[in-house]
Amino acid sequence: MHKLGQMDLLFFGIAKDIVGTSQLDMFFGEDSPNSVAELKQALKKRYPEFSKLTSLAIAVNSEYASDDVQLKANDEVAIIPPVSGG
Amino acid sequence: MNKIIEIVQDLDTNKVYQELSHPSSGGICVFVGSVREFTNNEQVMALEFETYETMALKEMDKLADTALEKWKLNKVVIKHAVGKKEVQDAVVIVGASSAHRSECFEACRFLIDTLKETVPIWKKELFKNKSVWVSAHP
Repeated sequence: MHKLGQMDLLFFGIAKDIVGTSQLDMFFGEDSPNSVAELKQALKKRYPEFSKLTSLAIAVNSEYASDDVQLKANDEVAIIPPVSGG
Repeated sequence: MNKIIEIVQDLDTNKVYQELSHPSSGGICVFVGSVREFTNNEQVMALEFETYETMALKEMDKLADTALEKWKLNKVVIKHAVGKKEVQDAVVIVGASSAHRSECFEACRFLIDTLKETVPIWKKELFKNKSVWVSAHP
């Protein structure tokens, strides 16, 4: 269980380079994002590099999550920059 | 088992015929993606792949299910390699087998095209003096 305002995030690819680590327990305080849209906004505010990417997706519990998905404590939340497999 | 979904360190391209072979299949179609030496005239030393494995396997599984629903297929294979890959190494294999060739050709094309769009795998091109995450920036 996380403290209020705290969120454990996974980062991959260029997102990992932008924040400098693959896993980060991020403290948002009172601005803690409640939805996927708010999380994207918060990330872009803290790391402007995210705004320069071709796209930015969020996965919640290893499924792509649309902007309106609400984030719950203990969700596994991952930051998905443009994929480039194959 | 009519589908094989794997993320592996090294791809063995020799296995895929056995894996797709089926008594009801008269056609087997396989696509292998490999490391190309030049990107826009710049020499690539190697590619480095990383993945969000739990999610990538889920997405690959969905791809296989979609293909199995869409076409009459007897077997489907989707495999991707991770880690550092040198020029000419195989990095991805998709394949399907079906009674007749048109289904497996179409399914194969769908599998690789959709994999590139949805599966959380990332590729970094390593050049002599720099490295670049592919498709990250417009």
